[in-house]
Amino acid sequence: MISYILRRTFAAVILLLVVTAVTFAIFFLLPRLAGQTADQLAQQYIGKSPSAADIAAVKSNLGLDDPLYLQYWHFIKGIVSGATYDLGPTTTQCNAPCFGYSFKTHVEVWPQLTSRLPVTISLAAGAAVMWLVSGVAIGVISALKPGSFFDRSFMGVALAGVSLPMFFTGNLALLLFTYQWPIFGRTYVPFTENPAQWANTLFPAWCSLALLYSAIYARLTRSGMLETMNEDFIRTARAKGLRERKVVVRHGLRAALTPIITVFGMDLGLLLGGALITETVFSLHGVGEYAVQGIKDNDLPPILGVTLLAALFVVVANLLVDLLYAAADPRVRLS
Amino acid sequence: MRPWREFGKFPLMEEKQTIMRRSALAAVAAIGSVSLLLAGCSKADDGKTDDGTKAAGANAATKGVVNASTQAGGTVTYEYSDVPDSFDPGNTYYGYMFNFSRLYARPLMTFKPGPGEKGNELVPDLAESAGVPSDGGKTWTYKLRSGLKYQDGTAITSKDVKYAVERSNFARDVLSLGPNYFQQFLDGGDKYKGPYKDKSAGGLASIQTPDDTTIVFKLNRAFQEFDYLAAQPQTAPVPQSKDKGIDYVKNIVSSGSYQFQSYDEGKQVVLVRNKNWDAATDPLRKQYPDKIVVNLKVNAETIDQDVQAGNAIDLGGTGVQAATQADVVNNADKKASTDNTYGGRLVYMAINTKLKPFDNVECRKAVQYAIDKVSVQTAEGGPIRGDIATTVLPPDIPGYQKADLYATDGSKGDPAKAKEHLKACGQTTINTNITARSDRPAEIDAATAIINSLKTAGINATLKQFPSGKYFTDYAGVPKWDADNNVGLMMMQWGADWPAGFGFLQQILNGSAIGASGNTNLSQFDDKEVNDLLGKAIGTEDQATREGMYAEVDAKTMDAAALVPLTYFKVLLYRPANFTNLVSTAAFSGQYDYLNIGTTKK
Repeated sequence: MISYILRRTFAAVILLLVVTAVTFAIFFLLPRLAGQTADQLAQQYIGKSPSAADIAAVKSNLGLDDPLYLQYWHFIKGIVSGATYDLGPTTTQCNAPCFGYSFKTHVEVWPQLTSRLPVTISLAAGAAVMWLVSGVAIGVISALKPGSFFDRSFMGVALAGVSLPMFFTGNLALLLFTYQWPIFGRTYVPFTENPAQWANTLFPAWCSLALLYSAIYARLTRSGMLETMNEDFIRTARAKGLRERKVVVRHGLRAALTPIITVFGMDLGLLLGGALITETVFSLHGVGEYAVQGIKDNDLPPILGVTLLAALFVVVANLLVDLLYAAADPRVRLS
Repeated sequence: MRPWREFGKFPLMEEKQTIMRRSALAAVAAIGSVSLLLAGCSKADDGKTDDGTKAAGANAATKGVVNASTQAGGTVTYEYSDVPDSFDPGNTYYGYMFNFSRLYARPLMTFKPGPGEKGNELVPDLAESAGVPSDGGKTWTYKLRSGLKYQDGTAITSKDVKYAVERSNFARDVLSLGPNYFQQFLDGGDKYKGPYKDKSAGGLASIQTPDDTTIVFKLNRAFQEFDYLAAQPQTAPVPQSKDKGIDYVKNIVSSGSYQFQSYDEGKQVVLVRNKNWDAATDPLRKQYPDKIVVNLKVNAETIDQDVQAGNAIDLGGTGVQAATQADVVNNADKKASTDNTYGGRLVYMAINTKLKPFDNVECRKAVQYAIDKVSVQTAEGGPIRGDIATTVLPPDIPGYQKADLYATDGSKGDPAKAKEHLKACGQTTINTNITARSDRPAEIDAATAIINSLKTAGINATLKQFPSGKYFTDYAGVPKWDADNNVGLMMMQWGADWPAGFGFLQQILNGSAIGASGNTNLSQFDDKEVNDLLGKAIGTEDQATREGMYAEVDAKTMDAAALVPLTYFKVLLYRPANFTNLVSTAAFSGQYDYLNIGTTKK
């Protein structure tokens, strides 16, 4: 078990390195290959018709003069041992883990990530609970009475949920429940400050996200349950005279849950790396919004930081999923 | 320079459309129709605002101060869909920040809050009177008011103003985002390296501070509009001991009526009353609200809702989103709460005067006559978004004189006349390319309308689209690229850095402004008379004579048909209820003047 976790962790670190290298290449190497010079890159960070001296100064400040592998090395080194940035009259020490220093907003990336992460976690966790509970419940009920009115109508709603984009559901939820009938709050408050208001403000966002995801989970659960409920061991359980509720929950659902755990782990990991659209629509200052701003500004360090964070969450979620597998399904052994 | 101020608010919806255009449009359409439905049962039906008063009527804030009040207290909330380049007065180029920063940073001069063009009037702020020119406009002397203090109670001296100009204009590797006119016009400005590199005690020799209340600027040429430069936030004092370069934005020392309570990068800024600000030293600011909150990165649609509910002011001040516009203009009651005003900006199409066959003025005249400006206006969003333009200077810029050299019936174009000029040019048909910015749907639509009207006159133009971030640095603004790619026509918008003819015309018409990259004189117009007139105008002391010269430059440009004016850009602002002292000023592109806005809410 321990050696399994160690091996997986080592693989995760390698994977993260690859992810940073690819992101780095996309934002730094591709423009170069397309003919963009270091001067043009530097010019993006200066307001207007800059002199040659200005460009040279910005280039050396940002290290754009260095060969690409060196720039990448500086980034990786910063994460482990920190870095120092020249701000003109003063310098700033960016302590490890230093995820870089934003060229555009002039703040370090790491404190931005840590201050925004609670927002994203609040959004993702709340939505995850909602979609998991509703999705699985609907799936189970539908599977037990396939073809019934309940099954058909809920699968219809589920289909609509998957097809409606966040732009639509999010904005509609805002319009109806925040402006027309102002039931829900507008400004995010941390959980530690006021849990009631925290939930109250996030509720429309949770619902919108949950509508999108629970549809997928309902369908997954339904098909999984339909399959398991026809398995031999279910017949055996029934033959033993177990109560139907126990058959469904203990034997049926538990077996059908394995693929759902897999998808859930991935979804949650991805969402923790930033729900770009949801955060933008609901004006939540989370990690995803930070990435959007970085992309808009052509500001590499925030993009790299968020990408790395997202990759980390997905990798960790994957590991947890594999561990949970063993718990949910006794047939699985970790080796 | 790049026309930064025209960027204004970057509507989020536009962004989304490029990612997932169809669903974004669907959402907009859906929200639009839902809100139309809901509008039917809204309680604002009688045109009354929440506190029971009648809305002041359409365009009221462009004619006078709406909700004039001296009521103090409460919180004034601003919202913005993006983040500004910087709150540091020495590192910003956005008009709304020029406007807003005055709450905590007092420049030497500023614009007097006033409706429409009345807002263009310059008044002394930190200085006790306007600049005194000598040496034919090459030397400008300002005297500071007495008793000026920073938020910590220390005295403001002229040396702090000198330092503020030095750091903002000469340390371009550190503070690079603002304009650098002082660097261009101050004597020896090209050699000074800024206070972070040049540690000599004297600093820049051409800014002199003979005593603590006097500051003298020595220029390299006569410049009669220097007071406009002194009105930039860059002349707001910065104490050298507190300056941390790019990090100063986190600890700005206030000289205005409000000071920073908190600065949360990219999220929120809170200002509270500055206790060391003294009304006796300041005839302009009133310090009405207790608190001023700026919320950043707020969904653009959310901002529109909040503005209509009387909860917030849109900081960007570039007007409502398309869906809201459709809703508001079709509802008489809501329309009574709007201000539709000029934004100090011209939407135009530049004609490449260096490219064959457009180097012949007759071919350019053919283009002037061929274009149906009504179809272009419609593509830009109709009369709400701009009046049909026939001159280079928009009506809200001093120096504007009404003229229509290439008048056609109903401004709908005249293909027959265009063909005549084409013949005089020795052509029967022209094949060329037209550039537009891919992330600006209205500009693309306008270019398409132009292509259709040009076709009727035998001019075939093909649309080429480029992202706005690289439009000037890599494409249209690179003369060699234009020549290599047969680009004869270029879509363009231009707003002045200060509301006067020189600020507007210099960068788009003077031959000396043509650069190898980042060029904004897209027509590559290099007319000796125009160049001389601009040079002469800026050295002329009498304002009326100067403005006459700008009108002359305008007329000569139209004679030479160097560009086709399309529309005088207009913004549609929704005037939020519950806020006091709202006045839409031409000095800040039609935005409300942010100096004295208060609230009736507690």
